[in-house]
Amino acid sequence: MSYRVVVDFDLCESNAVCMQVAPEVFEVRDDDFLYILDETPGEGLRAKVDEAVRRCPKQAISVADG
Amino acid sequence: MKSVIVVGASLAGMRAAESLRREGFDGAITVVGDETDAPYDRPPLSKQVLAGEWATERIALYDAASLADLRLTWRLGARAVSFEAASRTVTLADGERLAADGVVIATGARPRTLRGAEGLAGVYTLRTLADSLAVRAEFDAGPQRVVVVGAGFIGAEVAATARGRGLDVTMVEMAETPLERVLGAEMGRVCAEVHADHGVDLRTGVGVESITGAGRAEQVVLSDGARLEADVVVVGVGVVPNTDWLASSGLEIDDGVVCDETCLAAPGVVAAGDVARWPNRLFGESMRVEHWDNAVEQGMAAARRLLAAGGATEPFAPVPWFWSDQYDRKIQLAGRSGPDDEVVVVTGSLEERRFAAIYGRAGRIVAVLGFNRPRHVMQYRRLIASGATWDEALEFARSQS
Repeated sequence: MSYRVVVDFDLCESNAVCMQVAPEVFEVRDDDFLYILDETPGEGLRAKVDEAVRRCPKQAISVADG
Repeated sequence: MKSVIVVGASLAGMRAAESLRREGFDGAITVVGDETDAPYDRPPLSKQVLAGEWATERIALYDAASLADLRLTWRLGARAVSFEAASRTVTLADGERLAADGVVIATGARPRTLRGAEGLAGVYTLRTLADSLAVRAEFDAGPQRVVVVGAGFIGAEVAATARGRGLDVTMVEMAETPLERVLGAEMGRVCAEVHADHGVDLRTGVGVESITGAGRAEQVVLSDGARLEADVVVVGVGVVPNTDWLASSGLEIDDGVVCDETCLAAPGVVAAGDVARWPNRLFGESMRVEHWDNAVEQGMAAARRLLAAGGATEPFAPVPWFWSDQYDRKIQLAGRSGPDDEVVVVTGSLEERRFAAIYGRAGRIVAVLGFNRPRHVMQYRRLIASGATWDEALEFARSQS
């Protein structure tokens, strides 16, 4: 089943934990903002995305269907 | 393994319970917690909750549906008072005895208090939701003067939040420079300057002699003789791990529950979070870590260890990391910094209070400190995790500039 990475940017504080866990998907740039590099990263990265969801200190990341 | 008891219903314990389910454990999980509130997240207690910006519902760790999915049996408002490791039996304050095949110890830590101030109203520590709401109510009442004892990270966040609410703040710190034992004197001075920038009256190199008042705190008397008028006093002078209930458990206790490098404390007994001490292979030292991220990671690792039983296990060897939000600064530290380390600023400048600095010791990079530099902190954290040498870290820094 395909999925989509969703970030609540009202909650995100750019701690960059997600970038450490899944650099293929998340990048905090020098402007201190988080950018989603790939909204539909596919099953191969699902485990990493799930870990990023769990490790986010602001619980700002979620995964939606499709 | 058919049953597990998780003692401690905060972040580490809950992440352990969640991981057990995710790894396919289908047996009974009982969660014991001494607070009555449903599991909640603590970092906002010194920030958004204290500031009055967030309703308490926002700090719930789980919504009702995901909590129900975990199929947990609860013992909330129930304090564990003793434990026998050999039979994995937990005794609660009301006398109830629970036994299981596996036990996760995640009882966290409690704040140190100031001796002699226990009976006085208006003196607080900050650890629980109840603490935060009590201090918030004091702030709402509009006190004239807030005195924060201890310029560590909790004290610093309380000071920042109080200043954000327009309150007068005096912060008292025993060390000559805040956080110097953790960050070294130079970086500690930067932390001190940030407080001064925001109008905090920071008194360093002085201790608290006593807090006086008729039933309620009125004055904080310092070791240099100064007397600070105080309406509210918040004490943030560190925490002690909650191991009293384990005194006769058969477990080794030494500033925490002593575990092996896989978080195992005894057969079928693991520990995680603020209460756990374990040898971290990456740094070659025994450590106990009081950070949010460690509670998450170690909770998950401890759960996996429990299910692995005699099977393959991997050592738990993370690079500890935390953040502290103060004023408009996000301070992050990854690794194990010390006062005698070599410190090099690799990006930004101390003057603009936006920089990353790396710490080197014995030929290795051991830590990275960031002020509003989350990207760099995570880059160097990965470098530390890879076991990079100090020269490699400096080379990486040059390649980035």
